[in-house]
Amino acid sequence: MNRSAAWEPVCPVVRPGGGAVVTLAHGEGGLLSRRLIQERIVPALESINLDCTADAALLPVSDCRLAMTTDSFVVTPLFFPGGDIGSLAVYGTANDLAVAGARPRWLSLSLILEEGLELAVLDRVLASIATAARAAGVSILTGDTKVVPRGAVDQIFINTSGVGEILDPAPTGPATLQVGDVLLVSGPIAQHGIAVLEAREEFGFDPAPSSDCAPLWPCVAALYQAGIRPRAMRDATRGGVAAVLHEWGAASNRSLVIDESAVPVLPAIRAACELLGLDPLHIANEGTLVAALPAEQVEPALSLLSRLPAYARAAAIGRVESASDTSVAVRRALGRLQPLDEPLGAPLPRIC
Amino acid sequence: MKYLDEYRDPVVASRLVRAILQRATRPWKIMEVCGGQTHNLLRHGIDTELAGVVELIHGPGCPVCVTAIEAIDFAQQLAAQPDVLVASFGDMLRVPGSRGSLLDVRAAGGNVRTVYSPVDAVELARRDPNRQVVFFAVGFETTAPATALAVLQAARLGLDNFSLIVAHVRVQPAMEAIMSSPGCNVNAFLAAGHVCTVIGYESYEEFVARYHVPVVVTGFEPVDLLSGILACVEQLEADEARVENCYGRSARPAGNTVAGEVVRQVYEICDRPWRGLGTIIAGGLRLKPQWARFDAASRFGGLPMEVIESDECHSGEVLAGRIKPSGCPSFGTRCTPEQPLGAPMVSSEGACAAYFRYALHRPVGATGS
Repeated sequence: MNRSAAWEPVCPVVRPGGGAVVTLAHGEGGLLSRRLIQERIVPALESINLDCTADAALLPVSDCRLAMTTDSFVVTPLFFPGGDIGSLAVYGTANDLAVAGARPRWLSLSLILEEGLELAVLDRVLASIATAARAAGVSILTGDTKVVPRGAVDQIFINTSGVGEILDPAPTGPATLQVGDVLLVSGPIAQHGIAVLEAREEFGFDPAPSSDCAPLWPCVAALYQAGIRPRAMRDATRGGVAAVLHEWGAASNRSLVIDESAVPVLPAIRAACELLGLDPLHIANEGTLVAALPAEQVEPALSLLSRLPAYARAAAIGRVESASDTSVAVRRALGRLQPLDEPLGAPLPRIC
Repeated sequence: MKYLDEYRDPVVASRLVRAILQRATRPWKIMEVCGGQTHNLLRHGIDTELAGVVELIHGPGCPVCVTAIEAIDFAQQLAAQPDVLVASFGDMLRVPGSRGSLLDVRAAGGNVRTVYSPVDAVELARRDPNRQVVFFAVGFETTAPATALAVLQAARLGLDNFSLIVAHVRVQPAMEAIMSSPGCNVNAFLAAGHVCTVIGYESYEEFVARYHVPVVVTGFEPVDLLSGILACVEQLEADEARVENCYGRSARPAGNTVAGEVVRQVYEICDRPWRGLGTIIAGGLRLKPQWARFDAASRFGGLPMEVIESDECHSGEVLAGRIKPSGCPSFGTRCTPEQPLGAPMVSSEGACAAYFRYALHRPVGATGS
């Protein structure tokens, strides 16, 4: 779009009866774009090293190995008990690095904003990003902002890419699981998925369930510092713990067996799952990891985690067994081993 | 957790299993009417615990499985129209009609929405008066009160952009159809506890007298299911046939009279085609004439369309309990939850989905410990 010389930018645009909003002009690379970035985004993220003057960030890397990941965040609603799209965008990517055995160091931040988004909402998200980045120990080194016409995205979409320094020795990965390894979760499961579902659908659960959205690096770092070397770790996001176990079963060609009664689930989350006909093992987490450890390291790991408030409810939930005709099985309430079904798509509540 | 843990107690459950094994002197065939019961029987491995003593036969109680394909096709036609939004429960969106599912229509640009309550669909209509909102009302007597309330609410709000495709079905006529079918070998029924919570179980007295078959009102947890099965076996061994309530914490003889009144206010009984089973006399509910303005069929007019059913899908025989899902030649090969040929492989209450999830890949030699 060409602008005439006489064009006078009016920023921010005020909606009748509402707050200031993002307009398409904010994304056109001109004065309004620069103001949006310099007057809102940079100050909000200043404390975490965002430098918007260069086209590319320089990483102060010595001779360590690096890990890189990327993730996009499109959650509705933007804000939910325990988190929001901003904290999710930071922790989601930082946690992908952490469970790969990499200390999260640097993030990029790409914002796609819908025309008409209230700037106050953007400010809240940016503040949350800054807080989360500090908590996760990451710097945001580079970023981008686009504005798209109303309806092209749902308020805000965020992409973050992350780079981290790989620990030595790095986890050898799920293909190396050994018979006898123990499967552990770092805390109660299924909180995030139920919190977002409640925020979206307003069932009226009281108290409202809260997301577990949090950094996982402290958990990984504590284990490593204590000499504990998980063979594999994974944050159990979409598809929940069940999806992780199925991936690991396939990757290792081993049978994974878990005990339903050993899986930690907060009472309110369990009640919500029962009511909706959902299996907590299928529900997303955003601050809970699954780890496979050599059996002799389980006691020290649980003893260590029990002293850290964020992971006090970590638990051993099962073990790796020799391959049989099923890759993942769960011991249900009556004691029988049953196949654990792999989530197909989004879990749908029952009809009656 | 109260009302849950005590009904999943492994000690109580194994005591019940032993009692059933001791009490039964011959193999009995017991039909669990509801798909939710089928899923929990398989999920907890109760069917294998009782193998050789009690054969559990899944019944037709899966609401989306029995919804007529014509109704699904009609919903898809409406969803493809501009300015029409079709809302229903999540499971219904995945069920294949003649030409894909409602989710396929959505992917092609149609307006399809999952709601958790029919009243949410009324709210969608209230918020957007320029759009026609059609609620696809499926389900047994358990969901009918909520859809009836939605009609009353829409009437109260004076909405002229809300209507329903009413595909409600009634459990008891289906049980009668099964008992009257040639070659029926069902010895007893586990009646669906939640349906009885709504409609009560007094109406089963006549059914029991006519067919001399025990009907035990049964819940959904392992201890509920085993208690219901034991009660059936006790009656069968004593050559008795009574209505018995093993779901006393929820079901009452007359049911939920308030819910029943709402349903009677809005709906009347009608004959209804059940997918796979054919037309069942008095097997459905439709809007009473005074609510005809909320009937999507009269508002939009049915568009004639050729119905295409997969001839590889044996869901009718599965729903009538004549074959196990694993007895269908397509089961687990041509028909899986990812590529379903029929509704019972899709729904979270479908018998084929239950067998696929819990029985197809059952660990060899898996035992309790």
